[in-house]
Amino acid sequence: MRIIKSVSQLERWREQIISKQKLDGVVISVCGGTGCHAYGCKGVKDQFAKNIRKDDAEHKIRLKFTGCRGFCERGPIVTIQPQGVFYQRVQEKDVPLILSQTIEKGKVLDHLLYEDSTKKRKVASEKDIPFYKAQHRLVLGNNGLIEPTKIEDYIGMGGYQALAKALFEMEPGQILDEITASGLRGRGGAGFPTGKKWEECRNTPGDYKYIICNCDEGDPGAYMDRSLLEGNPHSILEGMVIGAFTMGANQGFIYVRHEYPFACKSAEIAITQARRAGLLGKDILGSGFDFDAEMAKGGGAFVCGESTALIASIEGKIGEPRSKQVHTVTEGLWGKPTNINNVETWANVPLIIRQGSQWFSSIGTEKSKGTKIFSLVGRVKNTGLVEVPMGISLKKIIFDIGGGPQNGKKIKAVQTGGPSGGCLPASLFDLPVDFDSLTEVGSMMGSGGMIVMDEGTCMVDVAKYFTHFLEEESCGKCLPCREGLKRMREILAGITEGKGNGESLSLLEELARVVADTSLCGLGKTAPNPILSGLRYFRSEFEDHVYRKRCPAAVCTHLIQYSILEGDCTGCGACKKICPTQAVEGDRKKSHRILSELCTKCGSCKDVCKANAVRVQ
Amino acid sequence: MEIRTVKITMDGRWIEVEEGSTILQAGRQFGIHIPTICYMENLSPYGGCRICVVEIGNDGSDKTFLDTSCTHEVREGMVIQTQSPRVIRARRMLAELLVTSAPNVKVAQDIAARMGLFKVRFPMENNRCILCGLCIRMCSEQMGGKALGFAGRGVGRRVSMPFKVRPETCRLCRGCDYVCPGMIVPCQGIKEPGEFCGRCVRLEEIPGCCSTATFGCFCERNPL
Amino acid sequence: MGFRPVDEIVGKYQGKKTALISILHDVQDQYNHLPEGALRKVALKLQMDLNDIYGVATFYKSFSLTPKGKHSITLCLGTACYVRGGPRILREMKKDLNIEPGQTTENKQFSLNAVNCLGVCAIGPVMVVDRKYYGEMNAVKAKRIIERMNKKGNGGKS
Repeated sequence: MRIIKSVSQLERWREQIISKQKLDGVVISVCGGTGCHAYGCKGVKDQFAKNIRKDDAEHKIRLKFTGCRGFCERGPIVTIQPQGVFYQRVQEKDVPLILSQTIEKGKVLDHLLYEDSTKKRKVASEKDIPFYKAQHRLVLGNNGLIEPTKIEDYIGMGGYQALAKALFEMEPGQILDEITASGLRGRGGAGFPTGKKWEECRNTPGDYKYIICNCDEGDPGAYMDRSLLEGNPHSILEGMVIGAFTMGANQGFIYVRHEYPFACKSAEIAITQARRAGLLGKDILGSGFDFDAEMAKGGGAFVCGESTALIASIEGKIGEPRSKQVHTVTEGLWGKPTNINNVETWANVPLIIRQGSQWFSSIGTEKSKGTKIFSLVGRVKNTGLVEVPMGISLKKIIFDIGGGPQNGKKIKAVQTGGPSGGCLPASLFDLPVDFDSLTEVGSMMGSGGMIVMDEGTCMVDVAKYFTHFLEEESCGKCLPCREGLKRMREILAGITEGKGNGESLSLLEELARVVADTSLCGLGKTAPNPILSGLRYFRSEFEDHVYRKRCPAAVCTHLIQYSILEGDCTGCGACKKICPTQAVEGDRKKSHRILSELCTKCGSCKDVCKANAVRVQ
Repeated sequence: MEIRTVKITMDGRWIEVEEGSTILQAGRQFGIHIPTICYMENLSPYGGCRICVVEIGNDGSDKTFLDTSCTHEVREGMVIQTQSPRVIRARRMLAELLVTSAPNVKVAQDIAARMGLFKVRFPMENNRCILCGLCIRMCSEQMGGKALGFAGRGVGRRVSMPFKVRPETCRLCRGCDYVCPGMIVPCQGIKEPGEFCGRCVRLEEIPGCCSTATFGCFCERNPL
Repeated sequence: MGFRPVDEIVGKYQGKKTALISILHDVQDQYNHLPEGALRKVALKLQMDLNDIYGVATFYKSFSLTPKGKHSITLCLGTACYVRGGPRILREMKKDLNIEPGQTTENKQFSLNAVNCLGVCAIGPVMVVDRKYYGEMNAVKAKRIIERMNKKGNGGKS
C-alpha cells in the first residue's frame, strides 16, 4: 500500500480492488461481532479457514470475517454470495457440510436456515427475513460486506469518495450548508442539529481546534456504536476528516469506553491503515489539509459519555462535568474549540456528502431526518440491531421486526433512551419513533436502546434498577444527584421490600422534581425520568407494592413466594439437588414441596425444572 | 480601560453590572442575598452544593431553568428570580438532603433553619464532610500545596490526600481547616428556656488529636 | 522496586497526558493492580499532580489499587441482561464466592465485577470469565463454570 496523493490515484486503487473482487468466485462472510463471538463464531471462521485452503483453486473462495450483522439472537451468522444464502446458528461441525453441500453442490442446508415462525416456512435469503425486511440499513448494512481489518474492502465499496468530493469539489462553507440542509441531528441522544453545532465551532476563531468521536455508549442495553465502530471504522474516520475540514480542526480523538476492547482494536487498525494510505495525516490526498486522529480510552464511567466529562477524561482528569453555559465548541478540550459528535452521527456524514442532503432529508419525518439504529433487546423474539427510517412506529419495530413476545407473555412496555429515558406502555406503541414524539410523552428516543418488557417485568424494580445504576455512576460533584439518587433508591428499595407507605410516592415525586431541576449535568437532570415515567404509566403497580404489598410481576423477592405445582411435578428431584438451602423436600417420583421459611428465592429450582412445575407469585 | 456592563433584571429590579460577573456577584453588589455553601470569595466557584440556584430566563421568553448563581455569568437581558416558588422548593429539598447527610455541620443546620425545615423525611446519617471542596480549592489555588483531592466517585466520594498520606507539598498551613464548614462548631441549640448554648460566642473547641485542639485535620492519625 | 516497566509504558504513549487512562491500564495489566509506587512514578513522568493521578485511579471502575484475583468474573447488569434475570445470577455469585462486586476472594482466586453493559445485549444475561464471553446465563450455569474453574485450579484434586 503506497501513499495516495491524488483523487485519481484513489480511483485507480478502487478500480484495482473491484477488479480483484470480481475474481472471487464465492464469498463466505462469517459475522465477527461480539455477540457472535460469545456463540463461537471465531471457531467457525477458523474451521472455514482450515478447510478452504484445500478447495481454494477450484472455487476461488474469499473468506471474510465481518463486523456485526445485527441479528445477534441468531448468531453465528454466515452468508454466502453470490448465492445469497443466509445461515444462522452455525456451529463448527456445520462447516464441512456447508463447504461440501452448499459450495460444491449448490444445495441449501435446511437446518441452518431461518424459520419464520408465523408462516412456518424456511427463508433462504437475507432480504426475505422479516427481521431485515422492514429495515433500511443505510449505515449498518455495510457491516456485512466489509472486513474491518481491510481498508481495501471499504475502498472497494466507494469508501473515501465523499472525502475526495469534500476536499476537492467543495468549500467548507458548502459542506456545512449540506449538513445543515440534510437535517441531521445528533445520534447520541440529545438530538442537537449537527449543522448548527458545526457552524458554531467553525465560527469560533482559533488555530487549534479538536473534533471528538464519542464512543462511550454507556446506556445499558445499547450497542449500536460498538457494532459500527467495530464493523466499519472507516466510515467514522471519513466522517471525522470531512468534519475537521469543515470546522478547521487538525486533531481528532476517538474516545472508546474501556468495556469495548474489540471496537478499540478495530479503530486502531483502521487508523494505522488510513495513515499508511495517506488518508490521515499530512496533506491528505494531496489537498494540503492535515488531520490526524488518535484513540483515547475510557476507564469505566458512564458519566464520561457527557461531553464535558469526556473532555475532562481525555485531559487525564476525573470525569467531572462542568457548567455548559459556555459550549464546548467555544471552549472545550484544553480550552480550545471542540466539536463532539456520536459515532452514528459521524457515520452518516459521508453518506450525506456523497448522495446529497436532498436524498437524506427525503428519509424520515419533518423534524427527524434519516435513519436510526436501535438496539432491540429484552423480552422479544428477534433481538439485535435494527436500522429504520425515523417515524416508524414502535409497534412495527417490536412486532414486525422484533417478532413479538418471547415467551408467550404479553408485552407490557418498552424502555427507550436508557437511564435518561422512560418506559412507555403498550397502549402508546402506535407512536412514531423520532426525536420529539417520545419526549412529549415522558420518555426519549435517546441513543437507541429499546428494551422490551413483558408481564414478567416489575416496573418498580425497573425504576429501582435505573436509579441504582445512576447512583453508582454519579460523579458525586453535586448534592442533588449524589444524595438525591441515593435517597430515591432507598425509597424504591423500601417499596420493593414492602416497606412503602402513603408518603413514599409523593416524596419520590417531590425529590425527583428537584433532582431534575438542580443537577449540574444531563445525568442528574434526566435521572428522574425512569421513576416519573413509571409513576405516570404504571402507577397501579407502584400502588400495589405500597398499599397491598404485592408484586404483580412476581419479581420483588420480599413480596413473592416460590411453590411447586403438585399436578405438574414429576418427582425427578432435580430441584431438591440444586437447592442451596435444602428448602425442597420430597421423595423420588412423588410431588416435591418448597419450604418457604428456608427458601431464598434464588430461582435455581425453576431453572432446572424440566416439567415447568415451579410457580412464582 | 472601559468597563463593559450589561443590564439584567433581578427580582423585578433593573440593574447594571460589569460584563463577566456572575449572578451571585451581581446580587451581592445590590444587596440581594443568595445563600451559598461551597462558594468562597477568592476561590474558584465550584457549583457543587447547588444551594445558590436561581431561576433564569431571557427577555420575552417563557422558558426558564435553574442554575447556580456562583457559576452563571450575566448576559444582557437576563431575567433572574432568586426567591421564586421553584427556587424555594428546590432549596428546601436540597437543605433536607444536606442536613440528613450531615446534621452536625453548622452550615447544614443553618440552611435547614433558614428554609424552615423542622422535620426531615430521610434516615439520618452523621457525616462530618459535606464534600464542598473548599479545602481542596484552598490548598490548590491559594496555598499551592495541592495536597488534597477528591477520591472515589458518587456516594463513595471523599476528600483525601494521595494514598491517605500527607505529601511533602503539605506545609501544615491549616488553610484547609480554616475554610472547612465542618470545622465551625455547630450550635447546641437552646439548653434551658431563654438560654442559648453560646458556643458561637465562647468559640469553644472540640478536643482533637493534636496540640492545636481542632478536630478533623488531615494528619495520618485522624484521616477524614 | 524501580518500576522499570512504567518507564517503558509511558514511553510507548510518548508521555501524553491524553493517554493517562491507557497508561494506567497497561500498568495494571503488568502488576495485576495499580501499586502506589507505580502511580507515583506515572505522576512524575507525566508531570501531573499526584492527587490528580490518585483521583483518577480511584474514580474509574476499571482500576484496582489492591491486587486482583487470578480469575476475573464480570457479570453484566445492563438493562437487557437485567430483565432477563441478571440480578439473580449476581445474588448467587455473591453467596457462592462470599464477596461483593469489586472484591476478591480470600484465596485470591476470583475477582467479581458487575458492569453496566458490555454491549452484547441480544444474548443476555452475559458473563465474562477471563475474557471469554458466555451468553444466556443463569444461576446454575454460572455456578457450574465456577466449579469447573476451581477444579482446574486444584489440578483435578477435589
